[in-house]
Amino acid sequence: MITQTQNITENGIIFPSEDVMLDLKDLKKVYPTPKGDYVVLENLNLQIKKEEFVTIIGHSGCGKTTMLSMIAGLNEISGGNISVLGNHIKGPGPDRGVIFQAPSLMPWMTALQNVLLGVNQVFPHATKSQRNDIAKYYLQKVGLEDAFNKRASELSQGMQQRVGIARAFAIKPKVLLLDEPFGMLDSLTRGELQDILIEIWNKEKITAVMITHDVDEAIFLADRVVMMTSGPRAKIGDVLSIDFERPRTRKAVLEHDDYYKYRKHLIDFLEH
Amino acid sequence: MSQSLTLNKISKFMGLGFISTLKDLFSGNLGKQDYLKILRKFIVPILSIFLFIGIWHLGAKALYNKEAEFKIEKALTEQGQAAADALKACIASGDISCQPNTLPSPSQVWASYKSLLDDHFLIRADKLAFKEKTAALNEKRVAEGKDPIVYTGRPSFVDQIFRSLKTVFAGFFLALLIAVPLGIFIGLSPTLKSAFNWFIQIFKPVSPVVWYLLVFMIVKTLLIDSSEDSSFTISFISVGLCSMWATLVNTAMGVSTVDKDYINVAKVLKLGPFQKVFKVVLPSSLPLIFTGLKITLSVAWMVLIAIELLAQSPGLGLFVWEEFQNGANDSNAKIIVAMFVIGIIGFLLDRLMLFIQNTVSFDKTDAI
Repeated sequence: MITQTQNITENGIIFPSEDVMLDLKDLKKVYPTPKGDYVVLENLNLQIKKEEFVTIIGHSGCGKTTMLSMIAGLNEISGGNISVLGNHIKGPGPDRGVIFQAPSLMPWMTALQNVLLGVNQVFPHATKSQRNDIAKYYLQKVGLEDAFNKRASELSQGMQQRVGIARAFAIKPKVLLLDEPFGMLDSLTRGELQDILIEIWNKEKITAVMITHDVDEAIFLADRVVMMTSGPRAKIGDVLSIDFERPRTRKAVLEHDDYYKYRKHLIDFLEH
Repeated sequence: MSQSLTLNKISKFMGLGFISTLKDLFSGNLGKQDYLKILRKFIVPILSIFLFIGIWHLGAKALYNKEAEFKIEKALTEQGQAAADALKACIASGDISCQPNTLPSPSQVWASYKSLLDDHFLIRADKLAFKEKTAALNEKRVAEGKDPIVYTGRPSFVDQIFRSLKTVFAGFFLALLIAVPLGIFIGLSPTLKSAFNWFIQIFKPVSPVVWYLLVFMIVKTLLIDSSEDSSFTISFISVGLCSMWATLVNTAMGVSTVDKDYINVAKVLKLGPFQKVFKVVLPSSLPLIFTGLKITLSVAWMVLIAIELLAQSPGLGLFVWEEFQNGANDSNAKIIVAMFVIGIIGFLLDRLMLFIQNTVSFDKTDAI
């Protein structure tokens, strides 16, 4: 069973409810325009298991980012619902950490202060030194032990995104949402950051949903790749399970027999 | 090495980039490119200053001659040949009683500048002597619970500069205290924005003179039972009200246009309103707030002169007005001295704000 696919355009796969971390049910997004309503997403159903890493690919403008920002609570839901561990979400919150496409660090703060901004919010009862330790731990994990006190504006784009990763993990969210986090980086830096991301993820096992345009990235990182149809009225077109063992190395993944089958499957979908 | 770096940095910071070029000139490491730079940055400005003074000199001379001829002509037709000759001789002799009263020449202005300085030192010495003389007496008066005797002589030109600076800074801080918090509230809340928008649009273009009259009406009544001179209060409040608009508009704009990414981060982290304002919104709008404050300070300095003049509040504005009323033969020259002093101080205030802006704000790129 190499390319195990499920057609879930109608109902989606149903996991046992105790396994489900994130549940999107009949999700709909409508933007009113002067010419009438524009339906971005409709009948979108997706369940994501605990400790699962899901990547989402699809053509530009199909509504991937809209979906992710709805999960983050930054964008209003027009119909259906989103629940985390069975609870419907109401607006944004630190149970869903976000790594944005632009690093979105406060440029006037140091790397440490940027991470602390979230840590202070999530662990208000911890002592100051405990919070400092948490922030420093994650900055070390992303390889920034020498840049604690550097201002964000002095860091390169790649380093800024490392801080973004540290900030997201440091608040220990239930779900991690990544909106093309490496899209603005050169391919070398992108590879480095993928390794860093997957290394921390292997340790923390936070349920992750990541949007990407990069087919190789989607396969390397994911347990399942979700393919979205083109908009308007975008929904889940296809789901591909990636059955490589974890922890993975890039070399092992590239040399695996199934790799090109997965790749072909995704590219066929995108070119269809 | 590090020292020269900091010098470069500081001079760049204050928009005085020529200082570092000047340093290169003295340290002697110059290439062809540097000579061109020196030509452009020093020689050309110096030449243009001389040209300016030359044109001024010739213009002043032409005006002088025109007025002198007119006066002699008038004496001739009204009083006859003898009076005209006497006047001609008088003008030629340089007697101050019959000099034409027109645009003073650069040398006259320089002479006035020196006489104003001399006058300042004279007054200062006088003040010190007075203080010494009354020190013992004042001690006794204070011990008896009476007010000490204070110096009440006329202020010198330099004293008046400091009075003006005091007024302008009082007005500036008033503007800052009103405009920045108000701007933040307006920027954060679209409701408040529509509540205040008409107010800003209507009052922003009102002339300093009218602001002065408005403040005068109100403050005069408020301080009606106080015997103290209210001219300082009136003038600094008017200066503040005239100049606060740029800061108000810029702060509101800065706050309402904070990068959406930062706001999203604040939302995801669920920052409280207090934290959101102080950790995200304010720091990110600092560059715009400072641009507003810079405009506010230069507007404050500009309207100050007019307002002091109206309010009869001691300072450069009143100095200019009194010299104009005075009409003594060196009054015009003193007015021109005041004009240069006002210009130079305005320039220095602008640099001061630029320096503070560059020090405080995170974004070093958009300093103008």
